[in-house]
Amino acid sequence: MPRPGFVLEVDRSTPPLLFWRGENFSLEKLPAGRSRVIYPPEPLKPIDDVDGAIRHALLNPIDQDPLPALLFPGMKLTIAFDDVSLPLPKMQQPDTRQRVIEAVLDMAADAGVDDVHIIAALGLHRRMHEYELRHALGDRIYDAFHPRGMLYQHDAEDHDNLVELGTTPHGEVLEINKRAAESDLLVYVNINSVPMDGGWKSVCTGLASYRCLSHHHNGHTLQHTRSLSGHREHSALHQSIWRMGKILRDHGPKLFQIETSLNTDMFPSPFDFIAKREWEWTARDRATYLATTKSLDRTPRRLARKIFHSIQAPHRMTSVQAGETGAVHELTLQHVYRQQLVPVEGQTDILTLGIPFVSPYNPDGIMNPILVMCMGLGYLFNMYRNKPLVREGGVIIMTHPTYREFHPVHHPSYIDFFEQVLPDTTDPVVMGQKWERQYAEDEWYRHLYRTGNAYHGVHPFYAWYWGAHGQQWAGKVIVVGGDPSTVRRLGFTPASTMDDAFELASDVVGRAPTITHLHVPALLVADVS
Amino acid sequence: MKALQVDKKVAKLGMARVMSTLSPTAAAKYGPLDLVTIDPPALPGAGWRRVHTHLAGICGSDLATVEGQASPYFDDWVSFPFVPGHEVVGHLDDGRRVVIEPVLGHAARGFAPPFDGAAPGDGDDYAHLARGSLEPGIQIGFCNSTCGGWAPQFVAHESQIHEIPDTMTDEQAVLVEPAAGGIHAALLTLPVLAGIDRPVVAVLGAGTMGLCAIAGLRRHVPGVQIVVGARYPHQQAFATALGADVVAKPDELARAVRRLTGSQMIGDHLSGGADATIDAVGTSESIADCLRFTRPRGRVVLMGMPAQVSVDLTGLWHRETQLVGAYTYGTETMPDGSRRRTFDLAIETAQQPGFERLLSATYRIDDYTDALAHAAAAGRRGAVKIAFDLRPPVKPVAPASDADDSTKVSQ
Repeated sequence: MPRPGFVLEVDRSTPPLLFWRGENFSLEKLPAGRSRVIYPPEPLKPIDDVDGAIRHALLNPIDQDPLPALLFPGMKLTIAFDDVSLPLPKMQQPDTRQRVIEAVLDMAADAGVDDVHIIAALGLHRRMHEYELRHALGDRIYDAFHPRGMLYQHDAEDHDNLVELGTTPHGEVLEINKRAAESDLLVYVNINSVPMDGGWKSVCTGLASYRCLSHHHNGHTLQHTRSLSGHREHSALHQSIWRMGKILRDHGPKLFQIETSLNTDMFPSPFDFIAKREWEWTARDRATYLATTKSLDRTPRRLARKIFHSIQAPHRMTSVQAGETGAVHELTLQHVYRQQLVPVEGQTDILTLGIPFVSPYNPDGIMNPILVMCMGLGYLFNMYRNKPLVREGGVIIMTHPTYREFHPVHHPSYIDFFEQVLPDTTDPVVMGQKWERQYAEDEWYRHLYRTGNAYHGVHPFYAWYWGAHGQQWAGKVIVVGGDPSTVRRLGFTPASTMDDAFELASDVVGRAPTITHLHVPALLVADVS
Repeated sequence: MKALQVDKKVAKLGMARVMSTLSPTAAAKYGPLDLVTIDPPALPGAGWRRVHTHLAGICGSDLATVEGQASPYFDDWVSFPFVPGHEVVGHLDDGRRVVIEPVLGHAARGFAPPFDGAAPGDGDDYAHLARGSLEPGIQIGFCNSTCGGWAPQFVAHESQIHEIPDTMTDEQAVLVEPAAGGIHAALLTLPVLAGIDRPVVAVLGAGTMGLCAIAGLRRHVPGVQIVVGARYPHQQAFATALGADVVAKPDELARAVRRLTGSQMIGDHLSGGADATIDAVGTSESIADCLRFTRPRGRVVLMGMPAQVSVDLTGLWHRETQLVGAYTYGTETMPDGSRRRTFDLAIETAQQPGFERLLSATYRIDDYTDALAHAAAAGRRGAVKIAFDLRPPVKPVAPASDADDSTKVSQ
C-alpha cells in the first residue's frame, strides 16, 4: 500500500535534504523548528492489464457511444496525441500513446476505416524528432503511417490547413487544424501528468494556431491564473480554454477524448534514491548519492545532460477513461489528484525549490535560463490548490546553475529573447505588448518551427508568461548557485549558498522566516488550507 | 625639450611585441618609446607654424607602434626617429588655439593639390607622402621632420591648421581628430544606403573610434538605424547616448542585426544583414564577424587598423560584399550632395553636449608608462580616450586666510 504524501516538520534530527541543481544535486540543511518539507505520495499501484483497461474504456466511454459505433467505412478519422513535452522523464516503452493508438487503430481496421491521419498535437512546441515519434508511437505505427504522409505534426503556421470554428462571447477565436476539424471523428489521446493538462486544453492548444493561443497564452491571463493545478474557476487560462471548448463542442468535429493518468514512479535505479525520503536512505543510497554527485561534478555538462535525458521513467498507468471531453476530464482529475494531492496547512515566508534538468519545454535539450524561470515560478510554484505554499510577498529560493546556454536548434528565439527582451523588461504584460508580435511574425523563426525542430518564435514569451503569477506573488526570487549575471537578467537575485540566500531573504521576510521545501522530483499538488 | 620618441631599434621593437602580450606597462618601458631631450624642430619653410601642445591623445595606431605591433607596410611611409602624437590641440606663437589635421598632404610637402580646396588627405596618389621637402611620414606623429604632439612643440603646415572657437575646451578639441575619423567612416557607408528608407548600419566595437563613428552616423546619415556591439557597460552607455538604436554585446551583435533586418540565419551567416558595417576593432575575428552580418552587396568599412589578418573571404566573394578601408578624412560628399571638410564636421561634432566625456584621463609625459598602460586597457578600466597633458602645470592655490579661518585656527 503506497504511503500518502505528508508534511515533515524539520527538527534537529532531520538529515540534510535533497535539492536538484540542474544536472546535479546538493544536500541542504534547513533551519529546525521553522521549516517543513512537502513529500509527494508514493507511486500508486498501476493497472495490471493496461491493454484490457484501454479496450474497456474505448468500449465503455462516458457520455459517448462506444468507439466502434462511431467508426464506419469511408469516414475520415484523425487521431491526435500529446507531444514530447510529457511525460517527464520519457516513459519506458511501450509508451501509453502507442498502446492507446494501437487499440484505436485495431478498432478502425475492424470497421473498415482506411482514411486515418495521426497528428502530433504540438501547438507551438517544437516538432518531434523521428526517434521521439518512434519512442512515443512504436515502430509499427511509425513505419505504417509516416512514409505515406499519414503521420505528421501539427503546423500552427500552415494557414491553408487551419480552420476557424467560431468565436466565444469574449471574442476569442477558435482556429484549429483543418484535417482534425473536418474529420468525421477526432480521437484525442492524452497523458495527464499534471492537472493543468487534458480536457478541452488538449485540442484547443495542441491543434490550435498562434492567433487562437494568444487569447489565453498572455501575461494578463497568466497573472490571473491561480493556479494552474487547482480549481478551474481560479484559472483565467482554463476559463478561456473551456469557453473555446464550448465552441469546439458546438461547431467542431465529433470528438472522442481518451485520457490517461500515470503514477509518479519517475526514476529507475540507480537514480531511485532521488524519490526517497532522506531519513530512509540506506547506506547504499548515501553511497550512490555521493558517487553520483562527485562524478557529475567532474562530468562535462553536455555529457551529464545526455545521461539524464537518457533516463526512461518506469511510470505506469493508473487510469484510462474515454468519451465526452468534459466528463472524461473530471474523472481524470480525480485520478491525478488521488496520486498527487497532499494536504498542507497554511503558508510560509519562504518556498524552496530544487530545479531539475528537464522541463516540459526541453526534452532532450538544454534547461536554459528562461526555462529555469518557467519551471520554478511557472510549474513548481503553481503546484498548489487554494493558495500558494508561500505567502504573498514572501521569498522563493531556487537551486540551479542557471548557465547562459541555449539549444541552438530547439530554442533559437529564446536566445534573442534573452538578449533583447529581458534587458528591456521582465514584466510579462509589457513584453507582450512591446515585443511579442515581432517574435511571432519573424520569418526565420517561422521557418525553423515549420521545417526544423525549433519552438515557435513566440514560445519564450509563453514560457515567461507561465511564471507570471509566481513572479507577481513573490517579494523576491533568489537563485542559489546560478551564474550571477544571468540570474540578474532574469530579474532575480543570485546567491552562492543556501545560507547566503536566507541572509538575502531576510531583507524581505526577517531573520526567522518559516520555510517550505517542495520535495522535487515527483509531482504533487499541495492542497493548502 | 622633453619628448616621447620612437626609434627604429629592432631589438626593442621585438621586446615590445613580446612584452605587450604580458603587460602594457612593460611594452612601454622596454619598447621603442623613450622619454628623451631633443631640440624643438625647425620650421621647414614658408607656411609652416610652430604649435605648442596642450593635449595630445593616445590612439590605437600609437599603441600598435609602441607595442611593436605595427605592420611592416609602414616601413617606407614613416621616418625614424619620430615623436608620436597626431590627436592634438595647442596654440600657435600668435596665441590662436588650433587643432591639427595631421595628414602631411600635397600642400605641406610642396606639391600641387589634387584639386582646388583639397584637404590634406585628398588625392588618389600617395607618392607625396614619401617624397618632397619632408622626410617620409603619413602624418604628423610619424614623421621625423615635424615632431609630434607627444612633445611640448611641433611644427604644422598652415594647410593642416584649424582654428577653434574660444568656447571650445581643450578637452573637446583633442577629440576632433578621432571624431573626424569616425565621421569619415560613417560617411563611407553612404554609397550602399542610397534609396533605402531606414538603412541599418552596424558598428562593431565601441572604443573611441567606434563611438565617434556612431556620432557621425547619427549626425550625418539620415534615417539610419544604428546597431552597436559594445563590450563594456560604459561603452554601451556612451553608444546609447551618442545615438545608437540598439546596443548589444559583441557576441550578440549578429543576432541583434538579424532581428533588426528580419533576416534569417543560414549557417553562421545572415541571409541578409546590415546594409553597411563599420569594423572599429580590426582583427581577423572582427572582420569575419562583419562579413557574416553585412547583407549581400553591402559594405564593410574597416576603420580599426588591422595589420596581418586571416579571414575566409568566400562569403565576401559569394555575397559580393565591399570591403573598404577608412584611414582618415578629407573632403566629404554629404547625403545632399554638398561637399564639406571632415575636420569642419568634426569640430562641430566635438562641441555637442557631453562629447568631452569621451576623454577619460590625462597624464603628464613623465608618467607615460602609466598613460600607455591605461590606454591599452581603456575598455577594461572603464575609460575611452587617454591623453597627455602638456599644458604648464596649474600651481595649487593656497587657501585664502580670512578672519573667520584664523579665528578657527586660534581656537
